[in-house]
Amino acid sequence: MANILDIRRRIRSVINTRQITKAMKMVSAAKLRRAQERALAARPYAQMLTNVLKSLVSRAEIYDPETGQPKHPLLAQRDEKNILLIVVTGDKGLAGAFNANIIKAATRFLESKAGRSIDIEAVGRKGRDFLRRRYPAAAVQTRSLAELAESIEAEARAVERAGMTQITGEHVGILGKVEFAQASALAESVIERYRREEIDAVYVVFNEFKSVIAQRLIVEQILPIEQIGEQAVRLAEEMTEEEKKRAKEAAISAGVGMRAPEHPGEAAAAQFGTAQVDYIYEQAPEELFRSLLPKYVAIQIFRSLLESVAAEHAARMTAMDSATSNATDMIDSLTLVMNRARQAKITKEIIEIVSGAAAM
Amino acid sequence: MADTFQLEIVTPEKKVVNVPVEEVQIPGRNGYLGVLPGHAPLITELAVGEITYRENTTEQRLAVAWGFAEVLPDKVTILAETAERPYEIDVERARKAKVRAEQRLSSGDTNVDVERALNALHRAEARLDVAQKNQ
Repeated sequence: MANILDIRRRIRSVINTRQITKAMKMVSAAKLRRAQERALAARPYAQMLTNVLKSLVSRAEIYDPETGQPKHPLLAQRDEKNILLIVVTGDKGLAGAFNANIIKAATRFLESKAGRSIDIEAVGRKGRDFLRRRYPAAAVQTRSLAELAESIEAEARAVERAGMTQITGEHVGILGKVEFAQASALAESVIERYRREEIDAVYVVFNEFKSVIAQRLIVEQILPIEQIGEQAVRLAEEMTEEEKKRAKEAAISAGVGMRAPEHPGEAAAAQFGTAQVDYIYEQAPEELFRSLLPKYVAIQIFRSLLESVAAEHAARMTAMDSATSNATDMIDSLTLVMNRARQAKITKEIIEIVSGAAAM
Repeated sequence: MADTFQLEIVTPEKKVVNVPVEEVQIPGRNGYLGVLPGHAPLITELAVGEITYRENTTEQRLAVAWGFAEVLPDKVTILAETAERPYEIDVERARKAKVRAEQRLSSGDTNVDVERALNALHRAEARLDVAQKNQ
């Protein structure tokens, strides 16, 4: 039987741990709420942009009437020889399998595209650390979004590849407060490379977040744009029932709403640019279309960053909730063991006294 | 005809403005355009510049960098990449950005992306402009 004092000490340490995990859960819940709001606030803009683009498609001659080929380079399908993959993970751990799952999905995607040259832009410290161990870094790196400021220089490009799969950019420490300018900069750099035909397709792997119980891990194709307003999902992994149940419990105990609240502007946003009137176009529709399309790419990257942040906080909240309840279980069983040990000790003492008295 | 219309300014990060106004001036790509209630439906791309609108006869300014606007007789919706009120503008940063852009442009270095530098310059100038007029 273990020493009572030792068990008591262990119980105390587990109680301390539980306090920490509980606090982390509440912090994550608060951060999740904020992240959720930000993700929602981005929706009206995305919705309006999509609407305008859609209505422009019917007005402008986007497709060549003779060949049926799209006129805009961002719509053109090319043979996929060079691929760019944006991997969005978190900067911090202690979020259950959140980062591991994304890395797994990214690895699987890379394997499915084996034989082609692949460039990787890693967003988030955890993914960066992992990928760095496996793949060489390109000689010239994309400017990190963390030190973006108002950069003006044109970016140089290396001709030599460091390997079939190489890391062309690392963006760490931007997830605390994601800004549109950062997503925009990344989009610009990606589009530029796409235009120069250095890459033929761009994918982003991230954790999509609709609400605490509706999330999935997806690989989305963002270039070339297949259909405006439609997600081009290549690989998707839904949450398992078990995960949903756990997330639900965590959300209830932390007081986070399960359903994503509707943003008040969303209904109005859906009507933007769709009025049944003949608009005067200040610029030719083609021209407008050309300048809007890059923004569409930017907003998609922005959305993936925002949703990934929300998903990370949700994952951490769930992980910390399980840790807290595990600690409670542990305390219970340790208390039981301790009580037994104490009882055994008392019984033993009584037996000693009784047998001592009998011997006299 | 009503003497006000709804003005909505949306950025990717939030909804900046959603109020009834009497008049708004938009920095269109082909020049500034003033919009009063009952304007014909119109879609335009925005340049870098400032949006001025009159709400209850007081004038409000915002610095914007790229976006586009939809004008309807009773509503104007502006999508802007950034839209900052005078007090939100970091004057020091804008000033530095302006100096940097000017240096780049006058350096004669062939590596400079002129279009980008010009853009940065215009953005900085628009910000400074809006910030100063408000003082």
